[in-house]
Amino acid sequence: MPKVIRNRRVEDDARQIVRLAEGETAETVAIPAGPVLVPLAVWQARAEELAARGDVGVWLEAAEGAELIAADLPKLAAVAVNFPAFTDGRGYSTAALLRTRYGYSGELRAIGDVLRDQFQAYVRCGFDTLQPNAGRYTDAQLEAALASLGDFSVPYQGAVDEPRPLWARAQRGVAA
Amino acid sequence: MYRYDDYDQRLVDERVAQFRDQTRRYLAGELSEDEFRPLRLQNGLYVQRHAPMLRIAVPYGLFSSAQLRTLADIARRYDRGYGHFTTRQNIQFNWPELAKVPEILAQLATVQMHAIQTSGNCIRNITSDAFAGVAADELIDPRPWCEILRQWSSFHPEFAHLPRKFKFAVNGAKEDRAVIQAHDIGLDVVKNDAGEIGFRVLVGGGLGRTPIIGEEIAAFVPWQHIVTYCESILRVYNLHGRRDNKYKARIKILVKALGIEEFRRQVEAEWAFHKNGPSTLTEAEVARVAAHFVDPAYESLPATDAGYASLLEENKPFAAWVKRNVRAHKVPGYASVTISLKKTGVPPGDITESQMELVADLADAYSYGGVRATHQQNLVLADVRQSDLFKVWQSLRDAGLATPNIGLLTDIISCPGGDYCALANAKSIPIANAIQERFDNLDYLYDIGEIELNISGCMNACGHHHVGHIGVLGVDKNGEEWYQVTIGGDQGNKAAIGKVIGPSFAAAEMPDVVTHLIETYIANRHEDERFVDTVRRIGIEPFKAHVYGNRQTEKKVAHA
Repeated sequence: MPKVIRNRRVEDDARQIVRLAEGETAETVAIPAGPVLVPLAVWQARAEELAARGDVGVWLEAAEGAELIAADLPKLAAVAVNFPAFTDGRGYSTAALLRTRYGYSGELRAIGDVLRDQFQAYVRCGFDTLQPNAGRYTDAQLEAALASLGDFSVPYQGAVDEPRPLWARAQRGVAA
Repeated sequence: MYRYDDYDQRLVDERVAQFRDQTRRYLAGELSEDEFRPLRLQNGLYVQRHAPMLRIAVPYGLFSSAQLRTLADIARRYDRGYGHFTTRQNIQFNWPELAKVPEILAQLATVQMHAIQTSGNCIRNITSDAFAGVAADELIDPRPWCEILRQWSSFHPEFAHLPRKFKFAVNGAKEDRAVIQAHDIGLDVVKNDAGEIGFRVLVGGGLGRTPIIGEEIAAFVPWQHIVTYCESILRVYNLHGRRDNKYKARIKILVKALGIEEFRRQVEAEWAFHKNGPSTLTEAEVARVAAHFVDPAYESLPATDAGYASLLEENKPFAAWVKRNVRAHKVPGYASVTISLKKTGVPPGDITESQMELVADLADAYSYGGVRATHQQNLVLADVRQSDLFKVWQSLRDAGLATPNIGLLTDIISCPGGDYCALANAKSIPIANAIQERFDNLDYLYDIGEIELNISGCMNACGHHHVGHIGVLGVDKNGEEWYQVTIGGDQGNKAAIGKVIGPSFAAAEMPDVVTHLIETYIANRHEDERFVDTVRRIGIEPFKAHVYGNRQTEKKVAHA
């Protein structure tokens, strides 16, 4: 079973990610039983059928803005944002918008090219679940990577995980 | 200057530990080249022609004698005895070994320095006026605002992987000395009619492949909201900036594509949601940061020191240096000294370790221990008593740091070019040196007057060639190095992008080309008119005619 980091722990996770293969269409692609994450296009084509299952989540591509799924958030078991490359930083803003603008409080998962050196940034932007591509990390490396979540113990600026900037939550020094 | 508290120190220490582990994992093969690249770039580490190049942050150009001594020590121990100041007021070293970089960063952290976000697709080191806090024409000190924005942008989790690099500049004086119109975000700290402090915000300026002068997105953002406003701009850019083509990924392209009105609408829509959020600044926080930038304990001095005045009369070389390299200070009896790193034959911006130590000693003895880096690649001792200027000059002169050429033709801005930079299409330093040699006669240099000549070795425009009165851009034509010339560019309040005068030139032609441009200027100028103003008045045609006219004649002669 694949492993994910959820709330700062390595856990087994059964949720399958459905990606459309060449020739497959959103209307006809087979959705496996059990917890899944489907592409936005699949959800949009078959929202009623999928919502009835109760275990379906949606993943957004980097270019797909949070506003496209905002109205459906109460019906979703999870939301994921895909990082096609870890250098594509749109997903950070998407996550921040889902959490703050649209008030989403369920599972928010980073998928795709999700690397340990970015783990803390994902979490600060509101992701609670991190799922690197299959095979990128060994189980031992994933355990070791948990340390990256604490790279910076007292970040300067506010973000989703702690909206107050440092100066608003700590007594800071004055010039000598 | 800003001094770290325990929180600032912890962050740079944690950064050192993080990068040490990242370097270890890279060298152990756990991190691929592609995965390591953005990580090292955000630590200022490039892979260059000779070795990695390490760019160290000098936040808004301000540093201390102790920091400069540490840079000298790093130059000696890890490099080849010199460093290079850049147009972003940073310093870079060209020869460190990758495996030693974590050690260098650890040493920097001991003097509250780092290389955070000096490169990469993130918010870069914020630049400002090198004379902030001492300039007579200053309206509001920009330094506290630079520091507030520095802290906000450092390790910002949402903006570490932007479509492209992102540059801020902040100005608080009448004359813009931070080139705010050529930055992704340019901030002018201003007061409104009610006397309240706020920011005029420009967006979408930048040089590089597509040079664009920034446009005003907001005439007045109250100071409380400047962080949330900037955050709104960055969020719109992060989500909607182009990522398909790195040459079209800067915010200026997005602003142009949408138009400033539509871009403003999107930013305002974003801002409406968090305008009064937790990042809204308070008076207490601004006061806390501003307390780091209070004036040193200036003495009460006469406006003109008698001994200084008589030395000016008696000593011509000293007087020449004062005329060019010394600026008026807001406090009577004090002056700001610009240390020229533009001696003929030395790459512009380069300084040796022993020169760094000398400057640090002078800063301690005569300028409250402070040093500044200018975006013209010189250094500044901001707070020198008039009565000390002669001693300072003598020491600088003995060290080759008193070239009296600030603001003149040989005070050339130049990127390191093809001698060092892997991105360059052509060399820059030999061109700068050849022009300096041609114009080494001080009398002639003074007669030419104020002029800015900027050289970049490639499109990326690190040498700010577009805003040089004369701009030189290195281009590659079938594997050969050529130089394209623009004139009429300007920085400051009347910032403008220079116009190309015609086909490019071979390296050997460049001193002649500049000579012909200067001859045209001298033949056409009005009294007290600067080169750039003559270009504005008469256009580029007369310059073009003289430069290319001569060039053709020479060729005919050569073929005869």
